[in-house]
Amino acid sequence: MTVLSERPVRAPAEPTPPAREPRRDVRSRSVDEQLSVPGAAVSAFALVWVAFTYVLPWSGKVGFAFCWLLAFLVILTALTALTSPRPVVVNRLMSALVSAAALVVGLALASAVVYTLVRSAGSLRHLGFFTSDMSGVRPTDPLTRGGVLHAMVGSIIEIAIAVTITVPLGIGTAVFMSEVGGRLAKVVRTVVEAMTALPSIVAGLFIYTVLIIALGFNRSGFAAAMAISVMILPIIARGSDIALRIVPNGLREASLALGSSQWQTVWRVVLPTARPGLTTAVILGIARGVGETSPVLLTSGASTFLGFNPLTGAMNSLPLYVFSAVRSGQTLYIARGFGAASVLLLLVLVLFVIMRRLARQQATR
Amino acid sequence: MTSTLDDVFGEAAVAEVPRGGSDLEALDVSAWFGSAKVLDRVSLRMEPATVTALIGPSGCGKSTFLRILNRMHETNPVAALAGEVLLDGDDIYSPTLRITSVRQRIGMVFQKPNPFPTLSIEDNVTAGLKLTGRRVSRSEKADLVEECLRRGGLWNEVKDRLGDLGGALSGGQQQRLCIARSLAVRPDVLLMDEPCSALDPTSTRRIEETIHELRDQVTIVIVTHNMQQAARVSQRCAFFLAEQGTPGVIVEAGDTAQVFGSPVDPRTSDYVNGRFG
Amino acid sequence: MTTLLPEAPPDGDPPLVQDRPRVVSPGFTTGDQVFRRGTTVIGVLVLVITGAIGLFLGYQSIPTLQRYGLGFFTENQWRPENDVIGISSTLLGTLQVALLALAMAFPLALGTALFITEYAPGRLRSGLVSLIDLMAAIPSIVWGLWGFFLIQPHAKNIARWLTEYAGWVPFFHVDTDPTAALWAQTRFTSSVFIASFPVAMMILPMACAVMRGVFAQAPAGEREAALALGGTQWGAIRTVVIPFGQGGIIGGTMLALGRALGETIAVVLIISPDFDLKVRPLEVGTETVSALIAGRFGEATSAQLSALLTAGFVLFLITLVVNTVAAIFVGRSRSGSATDL
Repeated sequence: MTVLSERPVRAPAEPTPPAREPRRDVRSRSVDEQLSVPGAAVSAFALVWVAFTYVLPWSGKVGFAFCWLLAFLVILTALTALTSPRPVVVNRLMSALVSAAALVVGLALASAVVYTLVRSAGSLRHLGFFTSDMSGVRPTDPLTRGGVLHAMVGSIIEIAIAVTITVPLGIGTAVFMSEVGGRLAKVVRTVVEAMTALPSIVAGLFIYTVLIIALGFNRSGFAAAMAISVMILPIIARGSDIALRIVPNGLREASLALGSSQWQTVWRVVLPTARPGLTTAVILGIARGVGETSPVLLTSGASTFLGFNPLTGAMNSLPLYVFSAVRSGQTLYIARGFGAASVLLLLVLVLFVIMRRLARQQATR
Repeated sequence: MTSTLDDVFGEAAVAEVPRGGSDLEALDVSAWFGSAKVLDRVSLRMEPATVTALIGPSGCGKSTFLRILNRMHETNPVAALAGEVLLDGDDIYSPTLRITSVRQRIGMVFQKPNPFPTLSIEDNVTAGLKLTGRRVSRSEKADLVEECLRRGGLWNEVKDRLGDLGGALSGGQQQRLCIARSLAVRPDVLLMDEPCSALDPTSTRRIEETIHELRDQVTIVIVTHNMQQAARVSQRCAFFLAEQGTPGVIVEAGDTAQVFGSPVDPRTSDYVNGRFG
Repeated sequence: MTTLLPEAPPDGDPPLVQDRPRVVSPGFTTGDQVFRRGTTVIGVLVLVITGAIGLFLGYQSIPTLQRYGLGFFTENQWRPENDVIGISSTLLGTLQVALLALAMAFPLALGTALFITEYAPGRLRSGLVSLIDLMAAIPSIVWGLWGFFLIQPHAKNIARWLTEYAGWVPFFHVDTDPTAALWAQTRFTSSVFIASFPVAMMILPMACAVMRGVFAQAPAGEREAALALGGTQWGAIRTVVIPFGQGGIIGGTMLALGRALGETIAVVLIISPDFDLKVRPLEVGTETVSALIAGRFGEATSAQLSALLTAGFVLFLITLVVNTVAAIFVGRSRSGSATDL
């Protein structure tokens, strides 16, 4: 039996009959499913509230939140089990758990940022915070006096020195590893990757021992910059290596086939193509270098006054300032510490946004 | 549908092999990807104990139509559809039917064989049972594995190495393993999306034999590029076509012998005689 | 005009025309040679510098071992005034903090990675990835402040609660009465438990990023197969995504462990140094290698400085081993070399 389509054969030019074709709704959930999550949440809340208030001797917000989550999961599982087969119940439970995990992580991140900002409101309010240093300011002086200018300047100087040293060395090493190659390059790559495992405090201790103890230098911004360099050199070298390896070999071959020499290929083709990746690697190194306290803790000495010469003596930096401030035990000084921490956070955030902007540039190429 | 409590307090039984499969009917099915319409009011009846082949040139919506039949089309976030698909009279898109049960009753074998590579051959066969939450005792499992591998045409080649990993088989063996895996959940319908296009002629022949043997047990719908294959394995045939810029439609459908031998529509005649496609 | 091939010589004689491979010179210009020599010099320089650091650290262990012998690793007290120095309790503390932090971070990282790749709506996905990367960039001192000022006041209550109900297990035991009306709060602060919180937050984004990277590459075909068999979303994850991502899960976790071992500032801000050899994470007092170095470097004589350097070297070696194992796991997995650590 032949079943022909009921429409007659028609030429493409004829307009299609205006049919109303309601789209099937495949994504919405049944009322039962929609209500079970909020329902379980509310009933868990009520249950735990009753338990905490009347039945159990427990108290405290954290405990309450944790018990609420537990009760929520149990009730949700039971509710779903009433109407659905086992795989669906497990699916529900795991979705809830995974979402809870993500929520906890989000809350932790938000709480860290918000808490730091909130506790620094007192010190950040004073504009002098950004324009003065701590010379002559006692820790107990009111927040209108004193600031972090010397720490900001110190951080910038130290990271600038570190970058001047590590970026040419790091990118140069990466170029050596990926463009020149050979057995020596493999050895270099292995050693550089191994050195990324060096804990930052050990980097600081190394510079402390060699520069300050053995060679008799003072604790200074320069020594701190050296310690930062030791820490970030493997990071930048490795990041640059990855950025260069991503450049397709076809580009290099095309350039060579046009008659250019190897260094011209590297300079005119490979490096420009890898530029976003290289910049990302450098900015990542900068973010690590600026934010880590351990290298500077051992090497720079926490000065209280603004200085621009890294060689002459102690130089403060933002993480070190925060560290000294919060360990002091003085309320006002701690408030200043939080202020400095906010500045540090902001600095890292700005670096991060720049990095994302550049990474997106690469993606759209 | 059973609930978990029924499973706990009731009996967990693995249903018997269905005789002949179910009746599957598509009514005025249209499909979109975003705002692009790819199928226009396609209707087709796929009868039990029959192999229905969907033929036509590439890009005319055959695979899309197939994926609508087991609700895989909507895994694409921009996909939409209209119309109904009736399995033994019940619309599978009705909100009262659970999507996982629909997919268990309407199985699918894909163009590229996709056994689970970290599971052994026998665990691959029973993977569907685990996924749908049905428990089998160890003795039942061994019987089930043998039965499904026999029905899939793979038993003799792997019976001594059921513990080997699923990914260690050849392409044709992998595809037969996928068929066995689909059969283990006792579907009423088996959809096959160009199952032999990635395989060598010997494996293709073996799978066509398997399709022939399965015909009495499940309703089979097969999408194929290969007209000769359609002529070999199917009893019913539907010819899809999407003329330039228009969504796909079924131009002609009927008994295979008639569609190939004396097609009514000239476009069908052109296609089956190799004048385009 | 036809060309005849040269006649083959009689058997045994060498062929008339030899066909040895030609030596092809790479044709580097002067500029190239300068370039190659220059980058080689840089590479060697970096090799020497970084290698020298490692060697220097190792070299420093010689005087330490000479002076204190292998007892350096078994002695738990650090009393330089009596010349009694050992890092056994320090290493134990480092391990406790790192493992506890890992225990907290692992489920959170796994859950967040699954959420981002499997459950989050498409538009949110890149935003969430950015958020995780941002979390990785937050300086350790900020997490230290968070741990000390925000978390400790609440966490010590949790510690007390745990001791009250599980204190009979030595692991949860604290040497005080947790049920007293005025319980000794200072016995529950400055502990391994509290220090683990900020360390966990610091290592979480690292593990999450690696796991997310491998989950995103899970083969779509197998995922479709699981769904087509009637599986739920979790069924597909359990059968396809997680087995595929095993290497990344383990590798990311080990990488996080490596970072946790070396974390200094957050630990220094929280713990109170204690050199007893004990495994009681809820109780006040512990010491880690990095905190030891940070705390003791200032007053260290040359012998003690060597000892600190040796401790640092040991930490470096442990971290190196952990990182190497991590790289092997990620490289060996099905997702393999496409993932950068």
